[in-house]
Amino acid sequence: MKPELTATPHLAPGVRLNDKSQLPRTLLMPERALRLNGPSLEIVQLCDGQHTVQQIAEKLHALYSKAEPQRITDDLLGYLALLHDQRAIDF
Amino acid sequence: MQCRKVVVKTLRPEALSYKNFMPTAIPTPLALVAELTHRCPLHCVYCSNPLELAKRESELPTHTWLRVFQEAAQAGVLQVDFTGGEPLARTDIVELVHAARVAGLYVSLITSGLPLDEAKLAALIEAGLDHFQLSFQGATEQTAREISNTTSHPQKLRVLQWLKKHRVGVTLNFVIHRQNIQELEEMILLVEEHQPGCVEFASVQYYGWGLANREALLPTRRQLEFCVAKLKEAEERLKGKTRVVFVVPDYYAKFPKPCVGGWGRKLMLVSPDGAVLPCHAASVIPGMRFENVKEKSLREIWENSPAFQKFRGEDWMQEPCKSCDRRHQDFGGCRCQAMLLAGDAAATDPVCSLAPTRGKVNAILEAVNEPKPAILVEKPTYIYRPNPS
Repeated sequence: MKPELTATPHLAPGVRLNDKSQLPRTLLMPERALRLNGPSLEIVQLCDGQHTVQQIAEKLHALYSKAEPQRITDDLLGYLALLHDQRAIDF
Repeated sequence: MQCRKVVVKTLRPEALSYKNFMPTAIPTPLALVAELTHRCPLHCVYCSNPLELAKRESELPTHTWLRVFQEAAQAGVLQVDFTGGEPLARTDIVELVHAARVAGLYVSLITSGLPLDEAKLAALIEAGLDHFQLSFQGATEQTAREISNTTSHPQKLRVLQWLKKHRVGVTLNFVIHRQNIQELEEMILLVEEHQPGCVEFASVQYYGWGLANREALLPTRRQLEFCVAKLKEAEERLKGKTRVVFVVPDYYAKFPKPCVGGWGRKLMLVSPDGAVLPCHAASVIPGMRFENVKEKSLREIWENSPAFQKFRGEDWMQEPCKSCDRRHQDFGGCRCQAMLLAGDAAATDPVCSLAPTRGKVNAILEAVNEPKPAILVEKPTYIYRPNPS
């Protein structure tokens, strides 16, 4: 399920990022783990319940200014939907 | 019960398929199964603990476990599963959870919910518990009692209520088999009512006590079809709320499970007395000698011990595995099942449709699926797992 642009994604219960000192950064969840790098890490770090999807998209647009903004937003929505289906985040 | 947990891991293909890991010569262990004790208030007829259970006096002391968690994190392990027996039977469980979390591990508790009260649950979560997996033996007290030879179901329902007050990962684990599949819809109702992050419907696997009770537990083909259809519907309904995992009874599978994600590839198990095993059933393989955390570090055991080397990689494989395209996917299946059913731990897992010994599995299935007049269907006689002293 894709989120609304006004939604504030946050990590689901039982899901957390490993500590900054532990590399590579990994999203830990019940019986699974997901290695994060580049944009996936940036997105997950912004899933803190404080940022709206729109705000996350804007931050990514600034970080990846050479890419087409609509393409970035589409990728973001797709990735958030995937994390939601895997029960890694709630909206 | 928690035994199931390990069973689940060994079977579910994606359970240990941590994504994006680079293959290396000696892989990094990712999950540590900490079998804290074999003591348990339940006596489940499919317990995956070995038939010879560890006694209380042989259990590792607190400080040794603390060292093991440090060593595990240093070796690259991401997650530790506290299981048993019943891990709550350890009086130092809160301290162990805290120490594992401080060491940098993601901490799961695989439990029957007995013995537990609200204060203990709060203390465990306060200590850093990430994930609480609660086992169910059925959807009704009567079935649960028949399977575990204990009254436990009302307590599980209480634990579900307590969990609502906390922010912690929750998985419900229903172990399913011939004697409780008829309650599947009630189990699903319980899931829909409580909406945990994950639910596992784990078919019994036939090792240890499960093997001893196989005749009573192996489901019929018709039951399996019912199960698949019901769970598919439930998965649709629960999408985005609860992740539904189904662990199939592998006797009915076409290809074997990638047991423990491959021998010595992802998982290590420390038994209550400190012996380190590549899987929970490995002691059924004759001639295996397991090194102990009391004498060596986890990393040393992982990298060099003969037990972990024995079936690591592909050199040990025989035909048809040796030249099979699926060998990187399923690693030849389960070594313990090959031992138990084919009498050779290096053989292709007999549940594989390509295995020369598949006929043995077919014969077992035929006997289960043979139509019997109702008058001949007797109440099963179980061999219950005892509680070690």
